[in-house]
Amino acid sequence: MQVHKYDVVIVGAGGAGMRAAIESGQRARTAVLTKLYPTRSHTGAAQGGMCAALANVEEDNWEWHTFDTVKGGDYLVDQDAAEVMAKEAIDAVLDLEKMGLPFNRTPEGKIDQRRFGGHTRDHGKSPVRRACYAADRTGHMILQTLYQNCVKHNVEFYNEYYVLDLLIVEEDATREDGSTYKQKRVAGVVSYDLASGEIHVFQAKSVVFASGGVGKVFKTTSNAHTLTGDGMGIAFRRGIPLEDMEFFQFHPTGLAGLGILLSEAARGEGAILRNSDGERFMERYAPTIKDLAPRDIVARSMANEVREGRGCGPNKDYVLLDLTHLEPAHIDAKLPDITEFARTYLGVEPYTDPVPVFPTAHYAMGGIPTTIKAEVLQDNDTVVPGLYAAGEVACVSVHGSNRLGTNSLLDINVFGKRAGIAAAEYAKTAEYVEVPEDADQFTIDLIEQVRSANGTERVAQLRKELQDTMDANVQVFRSEQTLNETLNVIASLRERYKNIGIQDRGRRFNLDLLEAVELGFLLDMAQVMTVAALHREESRGGHFREDFPDRDDEKFMKHSMAYKDDLATSESVAGIRLETKPVIFTRYEPMVRKY
Amino acid sequence: MTAETVEPASKVELAPGVGGGGEIPSFDITLKVRRYNPEVSEEAHWDDFKLTMYGTDRVLDALHKAKWEHDGSVSFRRSCAHGVCGSDAMRINGRNRLACKTLLKDLDTSKPILVEPIKGLPVEKDLIVDMEPFFQSYREIMPFLINSGHEPTRERLQSAEDRERFDDTTKCILCAACTSSCPVFWTDGQYFGPAAIVNAHRFIFDSRDDAGDMRLEILNDKEGVWRCRTVFNCTEACPRGIQVTKAISEVKNAVLNRKI
Repeated sequence: MQVHKYDVVIVGAGGAGMRAAIESGQRARTAVLTKLYPTRSHTGAAQGGMCAALANVEEDNWEWHTFDTVKGGDYLVDQDAAEVMAKEAIDAVLDLEKMGLPFNRTPEGKIDQRRFGGHTRDHGKSPVRRACYAADRTGHMILQTLYQNCVKHNVEFYNEYYVLDLLIVEEDATREDGSTYKQKRVAGVVSYDLASGEIHVFQAKSVVFASGGVGKVFKTTSNAHTLTGDGMGIAFRRGIPLEDMEFFQFHPTGLAGLGILLSEAARGEGAILRNSDGERFMERYAPTIKDLAPRDIVARSMANEVREGRGCGPNKDYVLLDLTHLEPAHIDAKLPDITEFARTYLGVEPYTDPVPVFPTAHYAMGGIPTTIKAEVLQDNDTVVPGLYAAGEVACVSVHGSNRLGTNSLLDINVFGKRAGIAAAEYAKTAEYVEVPEDADQFTIDLIEQVRSANGTERVAQLRKELQDTMDANVQVFRSEQTLNETLNVIASLRERYKNIGIQDRGRRFNLDLLEAVELGFLLDMAQVMTVAALHREESRGGHFREDFPDRDDEKFMKHSMAYKDDLATSESVAGIRLETKPVIFTRYEPMVRKY
Repeated sequence: MTAETVEPASKVELAPGVGGGGEIPSFDITLKVRRYNPEVSEEAHWDDFKLTMYGTDRVLDALHKAKWEHDGSVSFRRSCAHGVCGSDAMRINGRNRLACKTLLKDLDTSKPILVEPIKGLPVEKDLIVDMEPFFQSYREIMPFLINSGHEPTRERLQSAEDRERFDDTTKCILCAACTSSCPVFWTDGQYFGPAAIVNAHRFIFDSRDDAGDMRLEILNDKEGVWRCRTVFNCTEACPRGIQVTKAISEVKNAVLNRKI
């Protein structure tokens, strides 16, 4: 067993992980483990912008941003967290500029800002220019800038190290009321080195999870192949609950049939959606801000147009994103990458022809529950000392049931920074938790079991069936029937997963083996998402139940908390027990959500 | 500032067949993949895969099909699958390209499609190369903003023209397609290579940066910009359309004139 010892270990080198590393690396001995190379992380695929109430181009303030975030999330947002994010957004953008990020500029040389879905002036009166941007490659610039600053600060990276286990020990503890419980403490992580196939244990006082999302449970997705929910899956297997997993965002404008993202910035710059009648249908669904309504509403409206027979194309299965009324020079200056995607992948010229689009699985609102200091919770109130999470893997919750566009680039910067500082500060005074002698055994067993797997089922086939089912049944429209059907399919896939075979049995760069391990996480996470969706008998934000089409604040104005339940108690479904957690309100009472 | 546009019409007449589509015909290809696994043999060889593919499929889809349906040991890096993460640069029919950005229908599918690892970096397994020498050169040109003045409370101001000056080289995704297409780099691995120079350019011509002279000094080294023979392979290889050779020339001129 190879053991490394660090004060802080960060899992993941996207925006959140590297933002954390820049803070932590200057305060404590820090290692960053990533299953890719840092610059391959999917933060780089984000396009449109990062909102902050800089008020560079028109009146704005962080309170309006907070309100938009809360309303955008259909009031399931923890309002203290949203306030922190909107307030610290301003410094987060200025920090990046000072690190060198090449934002687009106003004629006065200030950071330019543009419109984005759900971001409004004065509590919904009209769209506001709040998104700071660098053409339509803002995420690319953020990822590059953070990596550049990690190089500057000599951050230690372990590239192509797959973290496969979280080392947690449990201690008996007593609450103030005298009741006893098991206090979890973090000892480190176990990782698999892709190049050599060796297992490495990293002992650490603090561990930060910043490993991103789980979009690959769906077939049509904007997510990278590598976004397989590993971080959420590892934590869940070790008894950490997952919060609000039923809420998954479908981005309205994925290239039809491919899922490749076309930024909301297109609509921010004036593009509109049309159905087969040539109608700008968003005028019917969101009369005030129309095509710039939040993503859940636009995605559902599109799916509804298709369902009611007004889809386009030979199979009437998509709608059109129309940029043809915009000046080509304007498109080139503001949206160069996404228009190139349309040309490259669909052969459509956006100057003259509308682009076929359909919702694409984009972002997990849920994840590992944390406090506003990015500390991971083992239940509704108990922090796991030394364990932190930030970014898409986490649920603070700033996105509630539907994230607003640009708020994820903001989330990774604000809470990545907070996690990095908190992890390093904790490590200054904390003692190491002893690593158990057999710390790597679980991972060795997992790897060797897969390496020797010689069954008849193919990993790619099982994954495809999972993704097809999730697309058909757990997408923008859901019902008890489709969800139950999905649980049955997943149960049978899990059985078949026991009978997989792989072909590469080597130790060197064995991606055949790792894809099988990743499928294990995907199956786990799809199941959690579906059970949570089944449990929430209402419609809110990104979760729409056809059998319960209204929001039900009385019964469901609360977060869901999914726990692994090995004992399979009577109230658990598929080995998953659901509990709830109160939503934190500070200043906004829930209102009917109209745009 | 965002230009104001005319409010678009609530309803328009769509041209027939708008959005394209129709049945996407499938076609057969032979994918020839350069295989190398030192765990098995020191010798590299070619494997052929006969695959049925569709109109919108890319070389990456063909590689996935080969791996997922025929031989799981075929090894290559990939992540985003739409040309922004830079994982899957490889030689396709002798040209450096991203597998996820190369549509099969744009290649001559009547002949086998050859896929090899990029050149000039040590091959680890199949299409996977050791990227460390590439990132080492990148780190050596100090790829980060260096500014000696007082930090302003708000953002540093930069005119739109000054921002535009280095826009092209900010697009780099560090895929190594340019560097590994350079004949000078093939024979001299010490050469910084196009990608490192592109990233130096990105800072040298950023009006906010104060360390241009230091970077020019680094690139005035015998393994620096003067090794470039303006072959233009790098410009042709860049999947982001960066004018790489032009950027290198601008750095050469800056070294000579010490004027940015």
